[in-house]
Amino acid sequence: MDKILTSRRGPWVAGGLLGGIAVLLAYWGNPANMGFCAACFTRDIAGALGLHRAGAVQYLRPEIPAFILGSFASALFFREYSPRGGSSPAARFFLGVCAMFGALVFLGCPWRAYLRVAGGDWNALYGVAGLAAGVLIGIAFLWNGFSLGAAGRNPKASGLLMPLAALALLGLVFFPPLLGPSGPGPVFFSKEGPGSQHAPLLVSLAAGLLMGWLAQRSRFCTVGALRDLLMMREGHLFKGIVAFTAAAFTVNYALGQFHPGFEKQPIAHTQELWNFLGMVLSGLAFTLAGGCPGRQLSMAGEGDADAAVFVLGMLTGAALAHNFSAASSGAGVGPFGVPATVVGLVMCGLIGFGCREKAL
Amino acid sequence: MSDAIITVNASGLSCPQPVLETKKILDKNPSGRVEVLVDTATSRENVARFAENRGWKAVKEEREGGYKVVLEK
Repeated sequence: MDKILTSRRGPWVAGGLLGGIAVLLAYWGNPANMGFCAACFTRDIAGALGLHRAGAVQYLRPEIPAFILGSFASALFFREYSPRGGSSPAARFFLGVCAMFGALVFLGCPWRAYLRVAGGDWNALYGVAGLAAGVLIGIAFLWNGFSLGAAGRNPKASGLLMPLAALALLGLVFFPPLLGPSGPGPVFFSKEGPGSQHAPLLVSLAAGLLMGWLAQRSRFCTVGALRDLLMMREGHLFKGIVAFTAAAFTVNYALGQFHPGFEKQPIAHTQELWNFLGMVLSGLAFTLAGGCPGRQLSMAGEGDADAAVFVLGMLTGAALAHNFSAASSGAGVGPFGVPATVVGLVMCGLIGFGCREKAL
Repeated sequence: MSDAIITVNASGLSCPQPVLETKKILDKNPSGRVEVLVDTATSRENVARFAENRGWKAVKEEREGGYKVVLEK
């Protein structure tokens, strides 16, 4: 199996399995068209930890820490665990914040954008177009010498911190502490809304571990796929998102979960411009940071401290987006979603223009 | 064809820069020997696949702190 995953056919196999598993997770209880979403799930974790107070989106999604642990185990097993870091960590942190702002304006990470399309949510087509536009802007920066600099080797033990944090999060899901000053907490679980919808714990855990392993071995990357295709006519990773979307559509259709249209789509709004621009911002931030959120989680599991900082930026961005009313809901873009998108685009532009070595 | 070996140090760079740096050199040198230094297995594979798709022969070697991809055409 590993030979296939690391071969030229790897993205077909990994993408297909990841898309199928994601849709099954929704079938087993995760929110509709949100079987797996790095942005939404990280946002739910931020809420569960009390970093924001949006009561409908608080749950310690086991898929995210399990994904990190699956990648970590895979990297260890295949001798690819390699602690590294030091490539403009602060810039990566803010890129993570920006990526999350954009994703929460659109309502989903690139994985969910494809899952939404595969579920018949045509609003997500604006998101996918925005993602491609954001990637193209990122490519323009790359052609003009954009670089966050080289990372260096870190001490072996430093790469264990994210897997340990992932283990701690899983501990909090299975044994939630009741230490809050006013009753339950400090870990919060939604009683209603998307945060209350989830697959059984052990199913989520197993799926996350498997997805992390698949992603680590195949280097599945929903942003790298577009970037490599548009920038260098390299279609290797693109096969992954074709397989991902096709498998997700097929499983959705078989399970009666395919509902085409624009209106009344689950956890989605119909404001085309902001579906588009939200993902322009996300696509740009992910391209400048070198990969999609799944890839960042996977690299964090491999010991990449820069990817870990990006993930922590996403966690912070999720909390800020909700606390500053920038996140969208089914009703539409949040009151400060527009300024947050503009601020994010300006910040990415400053990083893109500022962090240049030399033009190619 | 020049006999000189060109070395590209792409160690520590994020995607897609190792491939981008390689592309820059291969565009300027249609044949010869190019050695690309990278630090992760992902970059090693990406560089080798990119070069192979352009007709170069790629040999992957381990080195202290990472990998060396030797490209020849």
